[in-house]
Amino acid sequence: MPLLDVKDLSVTFARRGQRTVRAVDGVSFSVEAGQVVGLVGESGCGKSVTSLALMGLLPKQRGVTVGGSAIFADDTDLLKTDERTMRDIRGRDVAMIFQDPLSSLNPVVPIGVQVTEVLTRHRGMTGDAARKEATDLLNKVGIPDPTRRLKEYPHQLSGGMRQRALIAMAVACKPRLLIADEPTTALDVTIQAQILELLRGLVRESGTALIMITHDLGVVAGICDTVNVLYAGRVVESARRKPLFAEPRHPYTHGLLGSVPRLDSGRGEKLHAIRGSVRDVLPWPDGCAFAPRCDRQVDACVGEPPALVEGIHRHAYRCVNPEPATAEVSS
Amino acid sequence: MIRFIVRRLLQLIPTLFGLSILLFTWLHRLPGGPETAILGERGTPELRAQIRANLGLDEPILVQYGRFMQRMLKLDLGTSISTKREVTTEFIERFPGTVELTVMAMIIAIGVGIPLGYLAARRRGSFLDSASVGGSLIGICVPVFFLAYVLKAIFSEQLHLFPSSGRQDPTLGATRITNFFVLDGLMTREWDAALDALWHLVLPGIALASIPLAIIVRITRASVLEVLSEDYVRTAKSKGLTESTIRGRHILRNAMLPIVTVIGLLTGGLLSGAVLTETVFAFSGIGAFLKDAISNLDYPVLMGFIMIIAVVYLLVNLLVDVSYSLIDPRVRVR
Amino acid sequence: MSVKTDKIDRLSELSAVKQEEQGVSLWTEAFRRLRRSPSAIIGASILLIFVIVAIIGPWVAPYSPTDTIGIREGVVKSGQGIIPGASAEHWLGYDHQGRDLFSRMLVGARQTLLVGVISTLIGLTIGAIIGGIAGAAAGLGGRVGRWVDNVLMRFVDIMLALPSLLLAVSIAALLGASLTTVMIAVGLVSVPIFARLLRGAMLAQSGGDYVLAATSLGVTRRRIALTHIVPNSLAPVIVQATLTLATAIIEAAALSFLGLGNPDSSVPEWGVMLADAQSYLGIRPGLAIYPALGIIITALGFTLLGEAMREALDPKLRK
Repeated sequence: MPLLDVKDLSVTFARRGQRTVRAVDGVSFSVEAGQVVGLVGESGCGKSVTSLALMGLLPKQRGVTVGGSAIFADDTDLLKTDERTMRDIRGRDVAMIFQDPLSSLNPVVPIGVQVTEVLTRHRGMTGDAARKEATDLLNKVGIPDPTRRLKEYPHQLSGGMRQRALIAMAVACKPRLLIADEPTTALDVTIQAQILELLRGLVRESGTALIMITHDLGVVAGICDTVNVLYAGRVVESARRKPLFAEPRHPYTHGLLGSVPRLDSGRGEKLHAIRGSVRDVLPWPDGCAFAPRCDRQVDACVGEPPALVEGIHRHAYRCVNPEPATAEVSS
Repeated sequence: MIRFIVRRLLQLIPTLFGLSILLFTWLHRLPGGPETAILGERGTPELRAQIRANLGLDEPILVQYGRFMQRMLKLDLGTSISTKREVTTEFIERFPGTVELTVMAMIIAIGVGIPLGYLAARRRGSFLDSASVGGSLIGICVPVFFLAYVLKAIFSEQLHLFPSSGRQDPTLGATRITNFFVLDGLMTREWDAALDALWHLVLPGIALASIPLAIIVRITRASVLEVLSEDYVRTAKSKGLTESTIRGRHILRNAMLPIVTVIGLLTGGLLSGAVLTETVFAFSGIGAFLKDAISNLDYPVLMGFIMIIAVVYLLVNLLVDVSYSLIDPRVRVR
Repeated sequence: MSVKTDKIDRLSELSAVKQEEQGVSLWTEAFRRLRRSPSAIIGASILLIFVIVAIIGPWVAPYSPTDTIGIREGVVKSGQGIIPGASAEHWLGYDHQGRDLFSRMLVGARQTLLVGVISTLIGLTIGAIIGGIAGAAAGLGGRVGRWVDNVLMRFVDIMLALPSLLLAVSIAALLGASLTTVMIAVGLVSVPIFARLLRGAMLAQSGGDYVLAATSLGVTRRRIALTHIVPNSLAPVIVQATLTLATAIIEAAALSFLGLGNPDSSVPEWGVMLADAQSYLGIRPGLAIYPALGIIITALGFTLLGEAMREALDPKLRK
């Protein structure tokens, strides 16, 4: 059994006087211990909502409904657990790293307190023991001079340091599952690589599973074992990393890959841009949501939603007119 | 921290300097000039001339300003026209009452306002939220002295729950030390006297608290709502922290910044409100005294009042700055 | 094929929606949101009635507001505590000088509105000048610019904490007690708010990307100021002016209560009427209650409308 098994997750936002939005629509994927799973897509595709749903952090108000199941460690359904139990799970078994390290840290509380409060909450550590552990944690995530940093405030740290501090808080209780929501987007390129390296090291060392949420295919190529491509709230393609990059079947994935400039492509070759924007979607029940922007759209794209086709090596895609399979790929 | 306070105190000097020039100019522009301010309308021409000479009004303006500053620093404000007593003495006797009332109102406004605003924000859209938003709207729109009359009519004249006037029951014969009646009662262990003084503060305190309370509820609600949508609150939740840690350390601590600023700004208006409320409740602070001084144009008293307000403003401002820097580390660096 | 045309329809529909959304301007959008806000509608209705009364009040008033009929006819003897209440001829009864209270309320609406509007205009004008100079100086930058900005804002900060009462007392000492004194004092109190608002808006706008874009396109500074900065700063100023009208009316009433207002109570103004009523509360509370209700409801109207406008114009709340 996988560590986390998400089945048919759907999240809808209903607002009075406005159309109900299905932000996540029947998403299924699973995560094995020690594995890195990518959720890839443009902004608005539902990847962040998925992560918040798994953490139980979606706003609890009328109009927000979550369906499906997310079985964690064989017994707990993260979507149906009550808030009290979730509070014990969050930070201890499942932890999260956010996109913008500056706004994700409390500006008026020293870094040290923000690290030790997790230790106090879940591991019952206080005083010197907690401080000692926090120092070790900062050390582990590569923050130099940790004793001094513990007394400092977020604004005194650089962007990379802040993200390292956030990671330290997330791994403080050795969680079994880590969710990283665009952890490198707000950082400089050189820092991005360091943070990815750090995350990869942590996963390798501790056997923690990692869900990597990103729009950046470079990040996917660098760290993920399997990849789920999301479009308009549904998984449109899922595969292991190599086959996905070598042979994308869904035109959207193909387009995403084609819009990244490559050194080995011919000089005269144009970059392939996807037409339009994420807002030009067809509601899924009426057909393929990507059809309005798709170069390969045919009559069959409209009418009913395309089913998920399972290809070789568990390479699945949701398309009636997929890109042709070219090279032979071993996964 | 101490260096910060010292620096802030030093920064007050130019402000005080500017204020003294304003005051000096004001005094010289008064109809009749400063001699009227000292003598009142009754001064004979000879007396006036003598005062003018004493004040050195024929000397260069800078020398005059120097003398004026000397008097101000010695707290020599002259004699009240209507009561014929030293203005400084009058204020020493009366100002403690106003301070007591103002502090009482602030305690009510902060003690009720911050929890109410917080709850309204957390339960956005609930009945409590609508009620506190609506209530604070009305609270801002009701003139303080009218509310004071209404409270007095209902709770003391009709229901006889609270005394309708004064600061303390004179038949208690309480000992006076500082003129802060509650404090005096506590110091002399005359518990009934302290309690009675506190009892007299309730209705005027509520009336005076109405506007600050409404403003604090609104700013707390807005500020908490803003903080609730911040990423770091989500981070705190994702760590599985308890509700009370999230509330105290992550929400309120950040939400306090604008609240502290507003509380500082409210103090000035609170002193005006105190004068109004005191008049209604025949509460012997500076209120009635000042009201008389206004109608008699009792300049020395008015000048004393202006000075007191200036000093209170400067102190409160300092207090706000200090607490601001205690809450927000980003201010401390600069 | 029907599916095909269906799809084309849908696609054109999508693009149509997009264009429409782009075409909606700030003001149209704000106005649309205002019309849907219940507090804006209540506030605007109150103000509409108030303004109508203020305009036609003096003409429809059944009696002269200064005519002491009650005393002439011997019905009102305030010295002996006799002030008759509502009757068929005098809907709200007499005031302490035997004048018809209903007529005074009607005529007083105009005076009250005038006091509010004039005080707010005083505050707005002086505030706009100070804020404008400070904003321009800060925008120009350089040593002198920053110095001018600093000094002006320091001055404004001091003013922000000065209670209206203090200003009113100082001004009354110079000019004597009158409604003018009250209006100047109340106006001066709102100067710092407007100054800060305008300076802030100017600085925020001049740093905006579109101003940078316009500058890079070679548009002159004055043209940028006229076409971009002024209209964009206007919205918060209008909102603040609406809110200030409410506080101005209340402040004016408080100052009148302290005897800084019009000593000649023949001119009916709700604040002055309320202040005059203090001595007769035991005899006829209505003397205070009617003007007080007038002030409260009017202030509520301005506050509701102002708050709703602020919400409607807040880009953060716009979806």
